[in-house]
Amino acid sequence: MPEYQNIFTQVQVRGLPEPGLDDYGTLAAERTKPFGFSKLLGWFGNAQLGPYHLGITGVVSIASGLIWFVIIGMNMLAQVGWSIPEFIRQLFWLALEPPGPEYGLSFPPLNDGGWYLIASFFLLVSVMLWWLRSYQLAQEHKMGKHIFWAFGSAIWLFLVLGLFRPVLMGSWSEAVPYGIFPHLDWTTAFSIRYGNLYYNPFHALSIVFLYGSVLLFAMHGGTILAVSRFGGDRELEQIYDRGTASERAALFWRWTMGFNATMEGIHRWAWWFAVLTPITGGIGILLTGTVVDNWFIWAQEHNFAPAYDGSYGYEAYGSYEAFIGQEN
Amino acid sequence: MLPKWFNKWNAENPTNIYGPAVLLGGIGGAVVVATLLVTWGQPYATDSLQTGPRGTGMSVPEFEYELATPDPAIEGWFASTSDPIPPQGGETTAAEARENVPPGLGDLTVENYDRLLAAMREWTGIPDLFEDAASYQTAVGHTMVSMTQNLNENWGAHVNANKEVGVTCYTCHRGQPVPDNIWFQETPTVESMAGWSANQNRVTPVSQFTSLPSDALQKYLVENEQITVHDLESRVDNQIPGDPLIQHTERTYSLMNYFSNSLGANCLFCHNSRAFYAASGQVTLQWSTANLGIDMVQELNNQYLIPIAGLLPEKRLGPVHQDAPKAACKTCHQGYQQPLQGTNVIADWPELATTGDPVYAEPSEQAAVTD
Repeated sequence: MPEYQNIFTQVQVRGLPEPGLDDYGTLAAERTKPFGFSKLLGWFGNAQLGPYHLGITGVVSIASGLIWFVIIGMNMLAQVGWSIPEFIRQLFWLALEPPGPEYGLSFPPLNDGGWYLIASFFLLVSVMLWWLRSYQLAQEHKMGKHIFWAFGSAIWLFLVLGLFRPVLMGSWSEAVPYGIFPHLDWTTAFSIRYGNLYYNPFHALSIVFLYGSVLLFAMHGGTILAVSRFGGDRELEQIYDRGTASERAALFWRWTMGFNATMEGIHRWAWWFAVLTPITGGIGILLTGTVVDNWFIWAQEHNFAPAYDGSYGYEAYGSYEAFIGQEN
Repeated sequence: MLPKWFNKWNAENPTNIYGPAVLLGGIGGAVVVATLLVTWGQPYATDSLQTGPRGTGMSVPEFEYELATPDPAIEGWFASTSDPIPPQGGETTAAEARENVPPGLGDLTVENYDRLLAAMREWTGIPDLFEDAASYQTAVGHTMVSMTQNLNENWGAHVNANKEVGVTCYTCHRGQPVPDNIWFQETPTVESMAGWSANQNRVTPVSQFTSLPSDALQKYLVENEQITVHDLESRVDNQIPGDPLIQHTERTYSLMNYFSNSLGANCLFCHNSRAFYAASGQVTLQWSTANLGIDMVQELNNQYLIPIAGLLPEKRLGPVHQDAPKAACKTCHQGYQQPLQGTNVIADWPELATTGDPVYAEPSEQAAVTD
């Protein structure tokens, strides 16, 4: 018998299209008119596509995001002499790089970071307007602003990397390049330049919350799926009126580890873990180079890493001849 | 196609065969893999060279099957080398009997010179080496001979850091007129850009096919730029400008990636696992050897290889800047911690070991060396 599942739904439940709320006659004002159904989307979630609220902030945000994207693409194309095959071949290697260090915070020539600054401006506009839009939509629905603040925590890290830290360091060359491999090169070099970022306690906290988020998500997702046969996926009803699903989910964890979150509280756990990941990470990045120049040495000074004295285990170094099997 | 009674029975007895089939397939596959592993052994077993105190992750891993196979070039070496002929006094010298003798080799006995010439022709894959005085190969070859002698005479601290191994033409050439692992300048890597944007982000051999800066070898191994990555205090007074920049780190990372690929070793061959460089100098002994190697390559490039650009025909010059082919770690090491896995190539060739008079071992000592 086919059954309804949350992902890769074998049967798709379709009623009349749900047009959405419009209590005051204003909510639908900036909403797209057409909506329809997609079988493909139905396999993954709700099959209904649209109507979609764009609003002025959404339109401008997408437009300036597109400008950012096209500036990068055009720069990459110019770098390979406008050759499409070469563009595809080198795509993961190509980048739009920030200005060289010689320019400080001044505006450099277009082909040595100028386009980067212009693109970054449009990205800033795009992200901030999308942030504003998430506030407006929450307000219109009389919702809390939790998503707005959560997005804000990601924006904090984004601004630290591309705006606050470069300004504090006095050079746009500190910003992250726009490119697949190049931004990874930057990440590695950033850690190495400051004596190994793993010794930065805020980096450590950020990892705790990142991995913690993953763990919590797996625990929560697993728990709810496990009790969905008792209606546990209808979380709202379970919060108002705890039924057998909620009870079982709670008991499972209480008997497993002596403590259980509540149907509402688990979402606070998840929200704070997720939000604290970029907040702590952003603090760690902002302190790097502005307050601390070598985290490894800083960690030794603060008894966060052990200091080894004396020579470094030379006697333990293996013999190459023995390694390659040529020892006499 | 199937009998009716079967179709009827089949329709009346619906059975999920996918679950059991997947289960059975999974278990069967696991049994096959386990049997292969037990009977044939782990095909990708690794061994590791310990490079520091236990428990700190200090090791250089290598596949056992690679360790079991000696560098194939070693065979070519033994096929081309020959025992020196200790002079008894009164022999004809090379300068008297032969033409185009490289400077410094004129006083060799003609027997030893012919022996060396035959070997050099085999090592470089140039059958008429030093035959034609007008050939550019003769002029370049003369420079190369003094470069080899200089390496053996003055760079023992790097070349013979672990034991006597020495350098001959074969160390780089391996039977080819142009060694495999030379390099040319490849910046600007991309069109239309300038400065920091123009030296990276495109697949090049000098960047080891990464998006890292492609000018690392040029800056550090030709222009003698100082490698600066870390601050050596938790907080330093000098900030931009003057402090190492993240751009220097990226360029150094490119250089280190090249080192790693050239030697078939990882970072822990030279650096400790906690920080690449600590104020207390927590690096391995190989770090010092590599540092001397950097100085050595700078001298090779600037004093020997770049000056021969004027002698070489255009087809031997770099594709972008028409620059001379240059050397770096990989030109000799070719993927091994020690070139030719530490084979002593200089014992038979005292002529190349020094710019002075070669020191020939007595036949009895010679026997001891070859043993």
